Amino acid sequence: MKIKNIFTYCFISSLFLFSLICIWKILVTLQGIELTNFNFNKLFAFGIVLCVINLLIGKKFNLNIKIILLALLFSIFDYFISVNLPIWHSFGIFLISLFFFNSIKDYDKNFLSKNHSSQKLFFNFLTLFGITLFSFVILFPFYMMLVTSFKTQALLLLNPLDFSINFAQGLPELFKSYFIVFKDYNFGRYMLTSTIVSLGTVVITLIFAIPAAYAVARLNFFGKNFLSTSILIIYLFPAIVLVIPLYTIFSQLGLRNSIEGLLIVYTATTLPVAIYMLQGYFKSIPKELEEAGIIDGQNWLGIIFKIILPLSLPAISSVALYVFMIAWNEFLFSLMFLDRPNTFTLSRAIQFLNVGAETPRQYLMAGSVVVTLPILIIFVYFEKYLVSGLTAGSVKG
Amino acid sequence: MSSKLAKIEKRTAYLLILPSVLLVFSIILFPIFSNIWISFKNVELKDLRIPEPRAKKLVKSINDNPNQIKVIYKLRNSSLTQEITNVKFKDKYPDDIEPISLNNKCQFKSNLLKCELGNWPKKYRENLEIVFQNINNQEISKKELKSYKPKLSGKSQNILLTYEFTLNNFKKVIKDKAFIDLLSTTFYYTFFGTIGAIVFGILAAQMVNQKFFGRTFMRSVLLFPYVAPVVALAYTWELLLDPTSGTLNNLLINYQIIDGPINLLGQKYVTLNILGFDFKLRLALTTVIIFEIWRYFPLAFLFILARLQAVPKELYEAADVDGANPIQKFLNITLPQILAVISILFMIRFIWNFNKFEDIFLLTGGASGTRTLPINVYQQGFSIGDIGMGSAVSIVIVVFLLIFMFIYFKLLGKRADEN
Repeated sequence: MKIKNIFTYCFISSLFLFSLICIWKILVTLQGIELTNFNFNKLFAFGIVLCVINLLIGKKFNLNIKIILLALLFSIFDYFISVNLPIWHSFGIFLISLFFFNSIKDYDKNFLSKNHSSQKLFFNFLTLFGITLFSFVILFPFYMMLVTSFKTQALLLLNPLDFSINFAQGLPELFKSYFIVFKDYNFGRYMLTSTIVSLGTVVITLIFAIPAAYAVARLNFFGKNFLSTSILIIYLFPAIVLVIPLYTIFSQLGLRNSIEGLLIVYTATTLPVAIYMLQGYFKSIPKELEEAGIIDGQNWLGIIFKIILPLSLPAISSVALYVFMIAWNEFLFSLMFLDRPNTFTLSRAIQFLNVGAETPRQYLMAGSVVVTLPILIIFVYFEKYLVSGLTAGSVKG
Repeated sequence: MSSKLAKIEKRTAYLLILPSVLLVFSIILFPIFSNIWISFKNVELKDLRIPEPRAKKLVKSINDNPNQIKVIYKLRNSSLTQEITNVKFKDKYPDDIEPISLNNKCQFKSNLLKCELGNWPKKYRENLEIVFQNINNQEISKKELKSYKPKLSGKSQNILLTYEFTLNNFKKVIKDKAFIDLLSTTFYYTFFGTIGAIVFGILAAQMVNQKFFGRTFMRSVLLFPYVAPVVALAYTWELLLDPTSGTLNNLLINYQIIDGPINLLGQKYVTLNILGFDFKLRLALTTVIIFEIWRYFPLAFLFILARLQAVPKELYEAADVDGANPIQKFLNITLPQILAVISILFMIRFIWNFNKFEDIFLLTGGASGTRTLPINVYQQGFSIGDIGMGSAVSIVIVVFLLIFMFIYFKLLGKRADEN
């Protein structure tokens, strides 16, 4: 057994345990409970003691009993060094330490005497730590967005750290911000506009892209190579260099403040990537199928509709979801082209809320939830398709 | 026979791609080229409205005489800057109504009043008054008169279509003292945003590439910042970082980590003391970069994860047999395998971060030292209202973009050669 290994083991395990506890304590603080100290020294030292005990016990008796005992010890210790905390706080500490001791239960003297075991240990904990930290850092803003929308301005100003949700006030009171956002701020209308624009973009893009992608994938014509490289190049041009000319042209043509204008621009900007993604898929469909179709007397249109389309439904769904996401989230063009509230999309409406007179933040966050939730639900539900769309389309962002 | 088929094939192909090509040409390529045109012109936002001759029609009854009526047209040039030439006026009247007298500019024929109003200088205003009577001495209905709207037409110069060019916009862009600052901010933002996103992407991909409980869920969660709308995320961050009522500052103060609130998005510099050396960190810019990394590392993660999953397991098993430690395995097996992906990723992300507008615009609006080139396009074009300047800055972006693309495609070509 190497001293270095024991040292690394104790130090890193205890640090990991402490960081888990920290995250839990931050979440507890955000429930409005007064908690001003992490008790780093005490918890860290006690963590080291417990890790050493864990090591000494090793596999001498039932592992499950071992982890429950250690976790209990740790939570009782935490309960005594911190003051006036509710019992659910300690219960959380118990669950976290249970998880922690479960992940170190297999380490004993034998393991630590192996080669590289300290490095392996380090990376195991780094992974665990990383997963926890990444999830926390990523989910935290989303959590704040949701919770803020359930509060009131007065409560938020009274104690900026109190994000506890009072379920006793009843559902209508809880969802008040949402009622107001939909009723007074007209979000129902904006949501409809966003939906129409996004779905419209998807349909028009597909109508334009499928034939073009088929031609690029299958047919021989002069300028084909040039076309397929220029698709990529065009795709790399950002909206910000298009915005001034499009603004000038659209304002002279009277296309600003119109859904048609948005549809045209969104379709044109998503077309290159749609063609690029679809033609890649079309190329993977065996040519023999089409040749059979030609022998059956189908023309090009028949081939596209009866052979290519049914076979490439997965790719088409990917493109459709990706284009939907881009159109739903788009901000720059909607900011430039829309300045009348009756044509606002959701993104533009939220920006308008923020810029306009002091909008209470719970309304702003309720609006943000309204624009975020649909896209997240779609993402989680159709993850497989959307991820392949993201990978193919990720040259843009 | 075959050449006939080839001809049909060709024709079909052009037919199929034509709509897409036309649309992309008119909405993407044409604007890029018109940027060049506009950037050599002295155009402001207020010049964009095409000058229109306008007339407001007022109908007034004449004292105690119901069969006569006075019509007043309030004429004006809608433009404050441009002249309208050769203005023509047309209005319709009901039957049996005739003007009592007309000036020489106007004619009345078969219920139609036509006038040639000549040239209107900028800000032009004039009233045209005509008295009408009913020839059958019947009462004239005001409502009916009002229901007809006058039609005006005139020619005006569209400032965008003239052949007057100037180099002033580019001179202003280059001579601007802040230009170097603008460039350095843009590159700083782009470079660190890209590197950060890739580093965190590698870390996340390494993590998720191992087997653990809830791995698929973790993969979805990691992509959340990338799929959610930027508006919602930026405003949530803004509330989170707010100096007075923001959660982050209050938490840090609560745990006594900092003494007073820090305005993370509104403070340009913060002086850090590290090992006795003071150095200035661009605070707001750093915060914006962290947001950028937070939002876009999922993409790097996705790419790298896909590549990692394709690395043959035998390589790692062989390394285990050789007794390699985890760091050696990462450096000697994983890294060479993902290096190609990383270089492509770096170029793509670099190009996109270079052009990133929304994130900075929503978080700081370009204040406190976060003004990058794309933000400058917006500020010149729409905040200041100098469309020509905005276009000139766009051209600067396009030039950089073309350089990056050249490097990118060189890289892509080199990689294709290797495979």
